[in-house]
Amino acid sequence: MELIQYALDNLDLLLSRTIEHIALVGVAVGIATLTGVPIGIAITKNERLAKAVLYVASIIVTVPSIALFGIMIPVLSLIGQGIGYLPAVIAVLLYSQLPIIRNTYTAINNVDPALREAARGIGMSQNQRLRMVEIPLAVPVIMAGVRTAVVLNIGVMAIAAYIGAGGLGTFISRGISQSDPRQLILGALAVSLLAILVDYSLLALQKRLTPKGMERAAFAE
Amino acid sequence: MIRLDNLTKVFDTPKGAVTAADHITMEVPAGEICILLGPSGCGKTTTLKMINRIVRPTSGKVFIDGEDTTDLDTQELRRNIGYVIQQIGLFPNMTIEENIAVVPKLLGWDKAKYKERARELMRMIALEPDAFLKRYPSELSGGQQQRIGVARALAADPPVMLMDEPFGAIDPINRAVIQDEFLKMQQELKKTIMFVSHDIDEAIKMGDRIAIFRAGRLEQYSRPDELLANPKDDFVESFLGEDRALKRLNLVKVRDVVSDEIGTVSPGDTLETALAKIDDFGYQNSILVVNDRRQPVGLITRAQARTTKGYCRDHFQNVPATVSLDDDLRKVASLMFSNDTTWLPCVDESGRVCGQITQRAMTHHLGSRFRPSEEAASAPDLATKE
Repeated sequence: MELIQYALDNLDLLLSRTIEHIALVGVAVGIATLTGVPIGIAITKNERLAKAVLYVASIIVTVPSIALFGIMIPVLSLIGQGIGYLPAVIAVLLYSQLPIIRNTYTAINNVDPALREAARGIGMSQNQRLRMVEIPLAVPVIMAGVRTAVVLNIGVMAIAAYIGAGGLGTFISRGISQSDPRQLILGALAVSLLAILVDYSLLALQKRLTPKGMERAAFAE
Repeated sequence: MIRLDNLTKVFDTPKGAVTAADHITMEVPAGEICILLGPSGCGKTTTLKMINRIVRPTSGKVFIDGEDTTDLDTQELRRNIGYVIQQIGLFPNMTIEENIAVVPKLLGWDKAKYKERARELMRMIALEPDAFLKRYPSELSGGQQQRIGVARALAADPPVMLMDEPFGAIDPINRAVIQDEFLKMQQELKKTIMFVSHDIDEAIKMGDRIAIFRAGRLEQYSRPDELLANPKDDFVESFLGEDRALKRLNLVKVRDVVSDEIGTVSPGDTLETALAKIDDFGYQNSILVVNDRRQPVGLITRAQARTTKGYCRDHFQNVPATVSLDDDLRKVASLMFSNDTTWLPCVDESGRVCGQITQRAMTHHLGSRFRPSEEAASAPDLATKE
């Protein structure tokens, strides 16, 4: 009861921090998609490069977010951005690379070789093949990678409150420092709920972006 | 016309260089279907794919309609060659219409033109345009999909088509139907076609010429009848199978074997007359009864004629079967076997008796081509113009 009362009293704050949270993750994953998809497509041309890129991306994900923030403070302090918005976005950007690059790479690589041969055989250039056949077919799997990145990083972004990036994590960090369970639980619940809602709305988007003829194949399970 | 000049492909593998195609030289005249036939790994597919550079030739040249394709732009070349593959390869993200229109679009046709072309092709492959054009490949059966695959290859009306086991993944019943439809289309379209197959029966049915490959080499290149009658060596002979004489039955028409000399009686003749005619013509068992329009009405058997008195009209038996001039000998043989007879009357388009076909004539016709005649001995193994 107390929790609900607290949430209602601070509804404005809850709303603004949720929007802040979404904006942070949105910007970061948005940029990550713009970089990760082309990288994922580019590395399909070279298996050794692909292995190296995916290896590096995997290592980045193993770095705990708190440690990553710590590493970035001295580096970004050089431009006066040691804490706050910029390191938070960079961290999420880095964490998002693995799911997005890996899914793009896998999806493009898994396009049926017969389709690729048909596309070559009827005289499509490499770019036409990508644009007309390979990317449309890869969209569902690429979108699944974006979803993973978003959900993963809604959690990571909660920790970014410690470096002053704002967002829903602020409730959690204040809840801990002020020994206030109301703030702590509200923050935790809000983050979880947000992750679930965003995941479902992205799933809906993924279905919309899936080429029509593939719906049955892509969502058979 | 497609001409291959010393076309060679050497693959570098970890185990060393492998020659997949070894100086292949051959020519497919315009409007003909050439079947590349052989066991797997014989180089037939490699040879086919070098024509549209899916496989890059190590050396040698490809000429299409007399033009050396070596210096042509790869994409330009491919857009002017129809390509059909066994796995069909329709793009699942595109509608049937979009699939068919891919090449015309690449070639920059305007929308109205390629839409009309798609409808035209659908009618040609006997699929209702309104029912199918807006659907997706996953909604179609395998046979329908491969028809669309053929339509896509034909979309920009290329003079040349390459087909890589196009009907191999389709069930036998549908395969026969599609083969027949395709042959019918080809009679009008007159494309120059290279067609890879590993099925000797398909090759005999579809091919104007057959090229037998073995271990990267072209072993024999002949018309089907010539190939079956005169296999060049033991390999070709064993590849064709021990029943190769029977396979030739498909290729020979009644027209080629029929004898127009046939003794008949009319319903008004007496059985005595019939018996006399049976003896005159030297028939063993029976004689045909025809009406005044020379249509077959029945048979008088020798036994009947000898033991009974009366007129033919009262004593004839049914004619077991008749054949027409365009039937092939396979059908004739089958009818003879099923009716336990050694001859069948042959009728023309209007149903009039125009001759007869006998087992003896059939075996003689087939056998004469198997005997090493002077013609066969001098025939070059690369079939020349006939």
